[in-house]
Amino acid sequence: MHSSRRVARKVEELKPSGIRRFFDLVIGRDDVISLGVGEPDFPVPWKIREEMIYSLEKGYTSYTSNSGLPELREGIAEYYRRFSLETSANRIIITTGASEAIDLAIRAIIDSGDRVILPEPCYVSYRPLVSLCGGEVISIPTNPEFKLTSEAIRKYADEKTKAIILNYPANPTGVSYRKKELEEIADSVIEHDLLVISDEIYAELTYDFKHVAIGSLNGMEDRVITINGFSKAFSMTGLRVGYIIAPEDILNGILKIHQYCMLCAPITSQIGAIEALKCLDEVEKARAEYLRRRNYVFKKLSEFLEIKKPEGTFYAFPNISLTNMGSEEFAEKLLFGKKVAVVPGNAFGECGEGYVRLAFAVKFEKLKEALDRMEEFVHGKG
Amino acid sequence: MRIVEEFEFELLKILEDNARVEYEELSERLGTDIETIKKSIKKLEENGVILKYKTIVNWDKIQEDYVYAIINLKVSLSREKGYDDIAKRIAKFPEVHAVRLVSGEADFQVVIKGRSLKDVAFFVAEKISTIPEVRDTITHFVLRTYKEEGVTLFADEEDRRLAFVP
Repeated sequence: MHSSRRVARKVEELKPSGIRRFFDLVIGRDDVISLGVGEPDFPVPWKIREEMIYSLEKGYTSYTSNSGLPELREGIAEYYRRFSLETSANRIIITTGASEAIDLAIRAIIDSGDRVILPEPCYVSYRPLVSLCGGEVISIPTNPEFKLTSEAIRKYADEKTKAIILNYPANPTGVSYRKKELEEIADSVIEHDLLVISDEIYAELTYDFKHVAIGSLNGMEDRVITINGFSKAFSMTGLRVGYIIAPEDILNGILKIHQYCMLCAPITSQIGAIEALKCLDEVEKARAEYLRRRNYVFKKLSEFLEIKKPEGTFYAFPNISLTNMGSEEFAEKLLFGKKVAVVPGNAFGECGEGYVRLAFAVKFEKLKEALDRMEEFVHGKG
Repeated sequence: MRIVEEFEFELLKILEDNARVEYEELSERLGTDIETIKKSIKKLEENGVILKYKTIVNWDKIQEDYVYAIINLKVSLSREKGYDDIAKRIAKFPEVHAVRLVSGEADFQVVIKGRSLKDVAFFVAEKISTIPEVRDTITHFVLRTYKEEGVTLFADEEDRRLAFVP
């Protein structure tokens, strides 16, 4: 053994998450309003919890098939029609959260040296997972509109480029794509013979138009790996249940990795997920509440910062550069000065510098209070 | 003619859950201006769609002892006296909190609110049981209420989320 290097080089080279440091600053302080929480503040609907408790009483504690419970896979195939995608249970694998799904999708298609287009700022885990596969990230900075365009794809894609990772509605920016915009992206994807990993975890939280799965578009059937899960729509974050919808050949590859590394998603969570698909009225209630907060946050932040209107998710991503502070400095001073926690934008890629992410997954009154404090902070009071 | 507009239906759902939502919030949620909402509420009050605004009080919190009892009533009907007549007679007592015609063994379910066990028991004995059509009463005193009008009366679950989640 080369004793000087116990941890693999690939892992050593990964950057630690930029959020960790802030987490340590806030932990144990209940005087801080945290707008850093990227998970719903609604409890998991009781019917879902009840179903899981009952399943444990009945003794449902075994492995499921690698692909997941058939009833759940069938339910998802039916459910995804609401996003215009026609698929079937045999194209679906249940995963341990959408996070595992992202890892599987990347590992199944990326060889060493392959290039992956990543529109930034974006969710924190795509880049490290591509690196671990020996892939190379081609970062496309998308500010200030935060949208990937077909022009950008044409400009950056080369013969080594294998895939695009698209997340919409997007964490951290809140932007999403209308069908027409997706069709333009699809054209350039087909032109360059690319695959798309489409992370649609926030699909239910789309406000201004209908979410359309990019995999449903003409010519995209065999090019898209669709990822979703139960964390954001049904608040089932800690229960860790997500899924992948993919073309047959890719799904077979994904299944191989999944059966060796995870075997199956937790059965209790899968049973909860079956019930979740019968609780869509609860999702609608939550969406209505987020929409109200979105409207408020956008209106309020526009009064003192530059912000693009979030079209989905529970995130807003205002530009803070008029304060002449960097993202981290802003977040830190806001935390110490006004006791409001936000996430510095550079945690989501270099081009996120000059922005902060705030999550409106908190009760309305707290949200209001936090934004008032933020306004005072920006105006230099206190 | 439609009795309520689409947005008024939404408005009623919101008010049913919380009658004290402010006009500004109603306007935000419904995407309708405040004047229109005010007019609608007035109209709904006038035509009896909105009956009354009440407050759900957890009297246990202030050790104020009210006694609630659920009375199952069996009645005998005649040509002169039907369910409606009997129900109206019972409903007019201020002590009576609710009157419902129900299926099953009993004919009516009546909820009585009183100051003490004795109060309620005497009220039932003197005012309800003595109504000629009442054949039988079974009184269930309420020992504790866990949910009232869709509102749970026990503490919410605490927020266990981490302060930062990417």
